[in-house]
Amino acid sequence: MDRFRMIFQYFQSNSESVMNGICGLLALASIKIYTCFDFSCPCLPWYNMAYGLGIMFVPPITLFVCGLILNRQSLVMLEEWRRPQGHRKKDLAVIRYMCFSIMQRAMVAPVIWIVVTLLDGKCLICAFSGSVDPEKFVGFANVGPLQVQQLLVKVPCKDDELMRNNTSRKAVSRYLRCWSQALGWSILLILIVAVFLARWLRPCFNQATLLQARHWSNYIDIEQKIFEETCCEHSRLFAHKCILHFFKSMRQEIKLHSFSLPRQGEGAEGGEDLLRGITDQDQVNKLLKMWYYEKPPLDISQVTQRHPLGQERSSLPWADSPSTQSKFLQHTDV
Amino acid sequence: MDKFRMIFQFLQSNQESFMNGICGIMALASAQMYSAFDFNCPCLPRYNLAYGLGILLVPPFILFLLGFVLNNNVSMLAEEWRRPQGQRGKDPAVLRYMFCSMAQRAMIAPAVWVSVTLLDGKCITCAFCTSVPVETLGNASHPGLSQREMKRVLARIPCKEIYDGQELIANEVAIRYLRCISQALGWCFVLLMTMLAFLVRSLRPCFTQAAFLKSRYWSHYIDIERKLFDEMCAEHARSFAKVCIQQFFEGMSTDLAAARCHPPRKAPADAGEAAEKLLGIIDQGTMNTALKSWHRCKPPLHLHPPALPSGNGWAGEEQPPVHPPVPRREMVAYYSRV
Repeated sequence: MDRFRMIFQYFQSNSESVMNGICGLLALASIKIYTCFDFSCPCLPWYNMAYGLGIMFVPPITLFVCGLILNRQSLVMLEEWRRPQGHRKKDLAVIRYMCFSIMQRAMVAPVIWIVVTLLDGKCLICAFSGSVDPEKFVGFANVGPLQVQQLLVKVPCKDDELMRNNTSRKAVSRYLRCWSQALGWSILLILIVAVFLARWLRPCFNQATLLQARHWSNYIDIEQKIFEETCCEHSRLFAHKCILHFFKSMRQEIKLHSFSLPRQGEGAEGGEDLLRGITDQDQVNKLLKMWYYEKPPLDISQVTQRHPLGQERSSLPWADSPSTQSKFLQHTDV
Repeated sequence: MDKFRMIFQFLQSNQESFMNGICGIMALASAQMYSAFDFNCPCLPRYNLAYGLGILLVPPFILFLLGFVLNNNVSMLAEEWRRPQGQRGKDPAVLRYMFCSMAQRAMIAPAVWVSVTLLDGKCITCAFCTSVPVETLGNASHPGLSQREMKRVLARIPCKEIYDGQELIANEVAIRYLRCISQALGWCFVLLMTMLAFLVRSLRPCFTQAAFLKSRYWSHYIDIERKLFDEMCAEHARSFAKVCIQQFFEGMSTDLAAARCHPPRKAPADAGEAAEKLLGIIDQGTMNTALKSWHRCKPPLHLHPPALPSGNGWAGEEQPPVHPPVPRREMVAYYSRV
């Protein structure tokens, strides 16, 4: 359990780690989906190619798009790209860096799917069994052209009645699997060499720019998170003050309408502070009814006269006004 | 157990992450339900289509509704939608935002069910086995079969044990064909859903970011305000109950003392805090009377304001020592009906 907790904490320690974690999970999910998936080749003339190539390429596209969606940084990058310039210039190098790192991470799961598919071989056997040269195989060499096509497309289906006892079927199958695995390992080798070279040679080119781009992309991400947290905190305080104000105004209203003035009510507030002057079933019912029928306006300027927030803001109507958002942003304490 | 607790704590750390957690759990539950479900194709001409499409479409609908039911924010949305305007205007953009984010989360489990069903292939095989193209895949010129007969034979394709049309069309060929179509549909559906999700998420920063920030802030605000109000009401109810009960006990003890025509016995002065908590009830008889009275005649929901020293009625009593957090007793308000 300790080990699990440590791994969990490590992955949550910064946003890069979180993204690497998601990337890894998606890669594992990709392998798991492939093993769970029940591959069944249709063994029909045109359908084989469509099915085989479809299974090889459509899920990777889905995994790639999933990788983009699950990565929080893609949203951050889009926002940075589309925001109006305002007082802060936009640095294209940072946006490019973010885009590149998002794409890199999103490519891992699709590549794993394609490599696993090729190493397993079923997709290629299904797609290309109809395209092999029948002359190479003893069982198919002497069969007429139309019939040979029929037979070849049934090669991926071991249990088909025509193929059950056919030894040449195994030969074709092995041949195609050999090609498929060779292709799979080659792709894997090329990719690993490419990644290796990229990491080793990167410091030779523009290391300083890279460090800057990485720092500022990290900064933008953190700034976004802190802004959201501050908004949450702010709305909590706002709600608290709004409700207190509501209770106070209810108490004042009750005082106005009832003839019994509290004699030393204000003096003995001590333990009754929590009661806020509401001490009766009817009063409580009235308060709850008022809360539903007439929620208080979103305006705590009278309450927060001494509060620095209150001085600069007179009211916060819900109608969109251009000044509202900029005023709000000024209050963010980072 | 530790692992679960940690995951649970992480998911509860904020509202969004909690909702994502519920979403994920429902998606897993949906996949698990499908694998636990014992699919039994009826193998009869018209029933096949109804059963297959029913299993494909009805559970997702139920899961979608369940997604809404399990979402705490549904009642918040309904409340905000139906409340009278009063002094606070209503913003339709906020309502739309809340509804959209709930609908998005509720869509995930149904989408998982439909994908898993299509990728597995049993439903489509069952529903469309009577529409297999016999001309291309089998032997359409098989004599002696009317259209109805042929449909009856084809309907048995999913049930291998009772299939009797091997000369018409081989069972494996038909099943492979239908499963291939089903899986192709499944992957297309998954791709479509993913693309849709991607577009929805990525178009937002391009067009409506400012409006989005506003809607998100105010929808969080409504949620927090509701929770804080509930907390404050709970606090208030606690204090109310405490004072009400204290006043009951005090009224009780004074009452009984008056009925016996002697002042209430005070606990020895040096007993300290414990004596205060006894609230003047220090013998079995009084306690029993208090308990009986509590059951038979609960006090009204009306707390008494602190009384002036020149009280009335029971003014012959000396003022009890003032306990700062507790309101001073008023003498005449409560008559016991014991």
